[in-house]
Amino acid sequence: MAEEKNKLTMIVLSGDMDKVMAGYNIATGAAAQGMEVVIFYTFWGLKAIQKGNLTGKGLFGRMLGLMNRGGIDTIGPSRLNFMGMGRWMFKMMMKSKGITPLSELQKLSFELGVRHLACQMSMDVMEIAREDLLDEVSDVAGVATMLEHASQSKVTLFI
Amino acid sequence: MPVVKLSQAIKNISVGGLVEATATDPGVLADIPAWTRSTGNELVKIERQEKVIHFLVRKKK
Repeated sequence: MAEEKNKLTMIVLSGDMDKVMAGYNIATGAAAQGMEVVIFYTFWGLKAIQKGNLTGKGLFGRMLGLMNRGGIDTIGPSRLNFMGMGRWMFKMMMKSKGITPLSELQKLSFELGVRHLACQMSMDVMEIAREDLLDEVSDVAGVATMLEHASQSKVTLFI
Repeated sequence: MPVVKLSQAIKNISVGGLVEATATDPGVLADIPAWTRSTGNELVKIERQEKVIHFLVRKKK
């Protein structure tokens, strides 16, 4: 079995602003403490690491790409989104309290050396290509890679 | 995020050096001590004056 390191693995399946933000807060906090951090984005989590262009090849893929536009600035809260109104309100509230905006939090995670892995299976199903993801994404991987990281981690979280 | 900035600042100084900072985020009252415990650095001082929190951390390793 793999030996345990000072490491944190996080699986981000949610594409909601509140959940992704909690994830990045934890990831950057852990990195600030000297932990090695790996984030594995799957399913809706891919939205957080998409560039925001239209995705998809086949009919369903392109319909999904249109209805499910990705990008860190486009994702909304898991409740009370009100077609984007809630997202705007939350961003205003966070700004007034001096909270680091989500896009900056993500940029911080890149700077702090957090490893970002995209789920190959989700990408295939949702017809999202490597070029549709941010350049900072370290690699494309599958469940075995994620499990290897998780086996070595003190902390593994599912967001 | 205060702990992140602290970790970046402390990277650039030598062991025994001090980092002095101020923050307005009330969460730092709990976060900075937790960070120093987790990283093995020393919390020299932390105090709050109304909306601003001053803290002093010494690099131990």
